[in-house]
Amino acid sequence: MTGQLFLNINPSSIFDAASPQASGIRHLTIEFIIAASAILILVVILTSFISIKYRSKYPQEDPKQITGNRTLEMWMVGVPLVLVILFFFRSLATMNAVLPDRGNHTPDIIITGHQWFWEAVYPGTTVSTANEIHLPVGKKLLMQLNAADVIHDWWVPALGGKMDMIPSMNNYLWVTIDWPGIYEGACSEFCGQQHAWMRIRVVAQSPGDYALWLRREAAGAHVPQDTLARAGAVLFQESTCSSCHRVKGTTAAGMTGPDLTHFGSRQTILTGMMANDSAGVSRWLTDPQQVKPGAHMPRFIFAKDSIRALTAYLEQLK
Amino acid sequence: MTDINLIPEPEESLPSLSVSNDQGILQWISSVDHKQIGIMYLWLSVLFLVVAGIEILLVRLQLAIPNNHFLAPEVYNQLFTMHGTTMIFFVAMPAIFGFTTYFVPLMIGANDMAFPRLNAFSFWTTFFGGSLLYFSFIAGGAPDAGWFNYAPLNEYNYSSSPGIDYYCAGLLFAGIGTLTASVNFIVTILYYRVPSMSLKQLPLFVWMILINSFLVLAAFPSLNAALAMLLLDRQLHAHFFSTTGGGSAILWQHLFWLFGHPEVYIVILPIFGIFSEVFPVFSRKPIFGYGMVVGSGIAIALLAFGVWVHHMFATGLGNTVNGFFAASSLLIGVPTGVKIFNWLATMHGGSIRFSVSMLFAIAFLIEFTIGGLSGISFAIVPIDWQLTDTYYVVAHLHFVFIGGTLFGLLSGLFYWFPKMSGRVPDQRLSKWFFWLFVAGFNITFLVQHALGAMGMPRRVYTYPDLPGWGILNLISTIGAFLMAGAVGLLIYILIIALRKGALATPDPWDANTLEWTTTSPPGLKNFDRVIPVKSTRPFRDYKRPADADWKANATDPTTTKPDPHGK
Repeated sequence: MTGQLFLNINPSSIFDAASPQASGIRHLTIEFIIAASAILILVVILTSFISIKYRSKYPQEDPKQITGNRTLEMWMVGVPLVLVILFFFRSLATMNAVLPDRGNHTPDIIITGHQWFWEAVYPGTTVSTANEIHLPVGKKLLMQLNAADVIHDWWVPALGGKMDMIPSMNNYLWVTIDWPGIYEGACSEFCGQQHAWMRIRVVAQSPGDYALWLRREAAGAHVPQDTLARAGAVLFQESTCSSCHRVKGTTAAGMTGPDLTHFGSRQTILTGMMANDSAGVSRWLTDPQQVKPGAHMPRFIFAKDSIRALTAYLEQLK
Repeated sequence: MTDINLIPEPEESLPSLSVSNDQGILQWISSVDHKQIGIMYLWLSVLFLVVAGIEILLVRLQLAIPNNHFLAPEVYNQLFTMHGTTMIFFVAMPAIFGFTTYFVPLMIGANDMAFPRLNAFSFWTTFFGGSLLYFSFIAGGAPDAGWFNYAPLNEYNYSSSPGIDYYCAGLLFAGIGTLTASVNFIVTILYYRVPSMSLKQLPLFVWMILINSFLVLAAFPSLNAALAMLLLDRQLHAHFFSTTGGGSAILWQHLFWLFGHPEVYIVILPIFGIFSEVFPVFSRKPIFGYGMVVGSGIAIALLAFGVWVHHMFATGLGNTVNGFFAASSLLIGVPTGVKIFNWLATMHGGSIRFSVSMLFAIAFLIEFTIGGLSGISFAIVPIDWQLTDTYYVVAHLHFVFIGGTLFGLLSGLFYWFPKMSGRVPDQRLSKWFFWLFVAGFNITFLVQHALGAMGMPRRVYTYPDLPGWGILNLISTIGAFLMAGAVGLLIYILIIALRKGALATPDPWDANTLEWTTTSPPGLKNFDRVIPVKSTRPFRDYKRPADADWKANATDPTTTKPDPHGK
């Protein structure tokens, strides 16, 4: 099930840089790897060579008792010192390029980490969504990062470094995405029971596609047509779903759970845990604690019919 | 107990593992003898090593395949939290304190610690601290917020089981024991040396313990304060770290890492000391650059208090703050890295004997270089932004804690075991243990560097089936079981050696320092008389009077001058 979830996504190691920020860090990382490898190889060669050459051959007198050598000791301190100074200035330059001062820029997107989902709000629009975060390529974007409960951490390796989301603090991150595609990431600060299932999915789109997406998202929820989905809509309002979840265009306006206005258009559910299909959704509604233990969604003892109706309603919220 | 005999000591019995006229367990519990307390510290460490090892084997089983359901997340989180906390506070620390308590008095020609009863107090508070931590399992759940226990996840709202209260109480207890032990070490080293031993003639192990004890005195108050504040938060609704009440989540990180980073050096400086004994003895040469080893130890201790923010580069403190701590963190790499070359230069031109102790020392040179270099990548802020909190960190810290601390402890164990027990472990089996352990260790942790670079965060109870993740995790799990098998073999080797190992001579390695001048194991009173100390290698001077160091010193200006008060 999860196998096919990752078919069309871009590779996402720290070396698959897809932004100038990630490329800058990759460049520095490669320089570091070269320098570090040189030192490691030197130590390995010296250790092996000395161990073999000076192995004890009995009977033998004590070797010459050398207690030190000032010149050699100065080299031993000097060379590493020069290396770290070089890397210090390289890292200052990269830091300032990757994460310059925010100035008085207003953020292009505000992402809030919750236990255990991501809430995304797009300032200047009425759009809010969850977990699958759409961004335009080719534009230098300022992201504002917040946390609703405990500390979370935003990390999409192909797009650059990570940044913590800390309650009652605003953190910022710059990103300029090079190519369209799906980029995977994950919450990288331990945030409780379901830290593992706090995957990030960034959907990078061309400016045209992105504008189209924004327009569609800004619209209210799709009004259910068939009877099953209509029954689901009624259930959604009458049960307590609406006190935690928002579905724009209806009276459901809860803010503690993920926004569900366009739930059906997302590819995954439960923050990257499984594919968004009716089997998964109905399994989740039947017993959330069995699917994702610890999640803040309570178990409602729904009848089978109700689950079918709710699933149908949610899946058509495209 | 009379006024004259303040310290109740078991008389005429050997305070070692093979006790004659044995008074049983009571003799151990009531003991204030530094050797018995040292051995109890070491057994405590072995006990917790087994417990924390089982915890991590369960964790590795859960991670062996993607989307695994072997452990529930709340169980998994308790296990990895307890593994980390136990390994740092109840395996590494007691093991180091065990060797310290046992060997510092012996190496400086003293008959006991300065405060024998305080010594026993230190051990027993550590013991009860560990017991309290583990009592949480039956009191409603172990701590589950990781060993560094970040706020506000550690607050009652997010972790309502009593686990974190036991974490606070247990670590406070153990922390008090650690502090009192350090006071004891400092006083012992400064005031109980044999009169002819100047500070410039201290064995390097003792030097490192002296430096380390000051490090403990300065670092632990920060942890103890943070733990007390957290207990107040949880029990009395104070708001030090809870953001909803106006507290600061990041304050916990500052307080914790102001302790936590020096702690890393607290568990490595004594190890540098052990290696600075082992390399010279098995290379038959003096240490290369005695003054430099001591000096770089002091430099590390001072710098250690100015680097804690490198654990927090991703918390958004800004480029100015991050730049400052990048500089200090890069700088501390220099005195640490230099020591590798001190030891290599000690081996160079020597006559190297490949005892198991020396094998661990040689392997350490390479493993610790890997751990040290990967550590430098966290001082380079942008690289840290990519790699912090991933499996790359897990790999790095285990290369430091295992490739560094544990290899050092094992090297010390094989070096000093004949002295402590009077027995020699089986050489062939011990070498098997060495190779198995080194292989298992590298299989487990080398691949984790790659997992981190591929995007796997640490502390996840499971992970999606992304390309390569499953197989690398499986390799890591196999390596972990290999290590566990090796540890089982080690315990077997030690038990067999204690039961029927060949008897050890007082000086099996032709060593240099005072502990080898007494019997193996030493009697209740360590020394009847102490040989004259005129250099850093008094026992060698005594055995080779024609080639004594203090004679060479008179003509060699690059080495330390003999103490003017020495005889």
